[in-house]
Amino acid sequence: MHRYRFLLLRPLQLIPVLFGISAISFVLVRAIPGDPARVLLGTRSTPEALARIHAEYGLDQPLPMQYLLFLKHLFDGELGRSIIYKTDTLTLLLERLEPTAMFILGSVLLSVLLALPLATWAARSRGGVADHVIRLLTTAGLGLPPFWLGIMLIILLSITWRLFPVSGYGDSLGEKLYHLFIPCLTAALSLSAVLTRSLRSALIREMRADYFVAALARGQSERYIFWRHVMPNAIVPIINLLAVNVSWLIGGSVVIESVFGIPGLGQLLIKAIFSRDYMVVQGVVLFFALSTVLVNLLADILTVFIDPRIKL
Amino acid sequence: MSPLLTVDSLTITTRAGLNLVDQVSFSLAPGEMLGLVGESGSGKTLTCRALLQLLPEGALQITGGRVDFDGRDLLRLSPREMRQLRGAGVGMIFQNPSTHINPLMTIGQQMAESLRLRGRLSRKEIRARSVSLLEQVGIPSPEQRLDSHAHEFSGGMRQRAMIAIALACSPRVLIADEPTTALDVTVQAQILKLLDGLRREHGLSIIMITHDLGVVAQTCDRVAVLYGGRICEIAATADLLKHPAHPYTRGLIACQPHANVNAQGPLTTIAGAPPTAEEMPAGCRFHPRCPDAQRRCQTRQPVVHDVAQESGHRVACHYPLQRLIHRELDHE
Repeated sequence: MHRYRFLLLRPLQLIPVLFGISAISFVLVRAIPGDPARVLLGTRSTPEALARIHAEYGLDQPLPMQYLLFLKHLFDGELGRSIIYKTDTLTLLLERLEPTAMFILGSVLLSVLLALPLATWAARSRGGVADHVIRLLTTAGLGLPPFWLGIMLIILLSITWRLFPVSGYGDSLGEKLYHLFIPCLTAALSLSAVLTRSLRSALIREMRADYFVAALARGQSERYIFWRHVMPNAIVPIINLLAVNVSWLIGGSVVIESVFGIPGLGQLLIKAIFSRDYMVVQGVVLFFALSTVLVNLLADILTVFIDPRIKL
Repeated sequence: MSPLLTVDSLTITTRAGLNLVDQVSFSLAPGEMLGLVGESGSGKTLTCRALLQLLPEGALQITGGRVDFDGRDLLRLSPREMRQLRGAGVGMIFQNPSTHINPLMTIGQQMAESLRLRGRLSRKEIRARSVSLLEQVGIPSPEQRLDSHAHEFSGGMRQRAMIAIALACSPRVLIADEPTTALDVTVQAQILKLLDGLRREHGLSIIMITHDLGVVAQTCDRVAVLYGGRICEIAATADLLKHPAHPYTRGLIACQPHANVNAQGPLTTIAGAPPTAEEMPAGCRFHPRCPDAQRRCQTRQPVVHDVAQESGHRVACHYPLQRLIHRELDHE
């Protein structure tokens, strides 16, 4: 079990990351001109009302004091109160977590479902027609910007063929998946291009490995060796690529959720920025940073689990 | 004893039409250890890979010859028949066990997949059989080592593990491709002793591919010397080492560094480099480096012929050393 010792040290590395992220997001969101109290009060704003709200949310304190206060709340396990929604930021976060998680999970799953057969096919027919066609497709996939791809998919699948809704989110699981299909497909198509190419070259590298010939010399079929020996070896470096993809999706969810009207964290973040809802912005950004670090940690654990040689 | 494996005029050709292995013939008796000796590029590994049809696909082709094993021609087996023969009929171990063992699977898992391929066995039976295989190759505390990965073994133990994995297929012939080259000298001797024991106790026939005549001298019954894809000389080990008939064999023996303190002088070498596939010399392929070469050697390819019929000592040389000695004796 000494190989998993990094699990004890890794959380310590989280501390500077989270400090840094919280400080940056704290400064940036306050650098934008505007005032949450003004947004909240709108036309009803009077100097007295503004001052009252400022005092209520601690916005009348000097900036360093506000930051320290934020950190203090954080240590108590609180992310502060949203000025606009008038609820705890954590509650708000948890409410909006599901659509984003579903979107990210769906995109990753779909990208793997696309990349795995394509890479396998390309690697096994290396230099053949299928390999060239797949190379062409993935090159195209790399070149097409995701937003354009998304628009094309909406035009084709939603407007022309009327197969899927243009935007929104449902109530039941089936409805949710139905609504998430086009956004997930858009993200997956972009991700699977790199994924396919990396997996293909990893597979080809492993098919040339000495243990392949050795297994052939023991009478195993090529098919068996491919799935039992080559695939696990090729997957190891791909796991970290998947973690990078998830990180990309966490950032990408901000744009994609707005485009497709998915009521997730990304949308919450955008709305919070526009209304200068400082606590919510800080909370979501912190949560995104934490998720990114944890996903990469999960990838490391998985790699160590699969490859007994790796020590972290 | 009738041979178990007979290779007859095996020829392997590149796409450009060059014969990398040219008319190679030899045979292997049950329980025999045959050495295939030559420099890198002499075709010894290609010859053995051809027996299992494991040549690099597309680049090389077997263009002639027969390989008789157990009454069947291995060069004419269907892919399915070949798969059944690999491992069980003819097994193979390699120079570098750390790359030839899958790093992600335990030694036990890799033995188990071979055992499972060749009979319905329960988990318990597989485990028992694997443990006894590890015992057989001299790996201490086999029960625990079964669950180890290749990188957890030392070089010598890793080679033992690869031998155990190959033995799990119960081969009748084992091709050992430079099995000791990557090992320390002391460990080398242990591995050679292990292979020798397997042959004596289990009647395993072994083809030992090596560039080291020292390895041959310790273990092999007979030796075939290859040069430029052709057989130069084939003889019983003692006979070959004492009375080499081919100038190349003589050169190889002279090149062996001796541990003998008295033999001080500089190390002997064979001048020049072995020919590459692109520039195979005409006639005898060794003639550009041969100190005894004559005009005939440059143009005519020598055929393999008997030096001494009763001992099976054969050589491919226009002016074999052994015949010359006999002649000189005749004149006296």
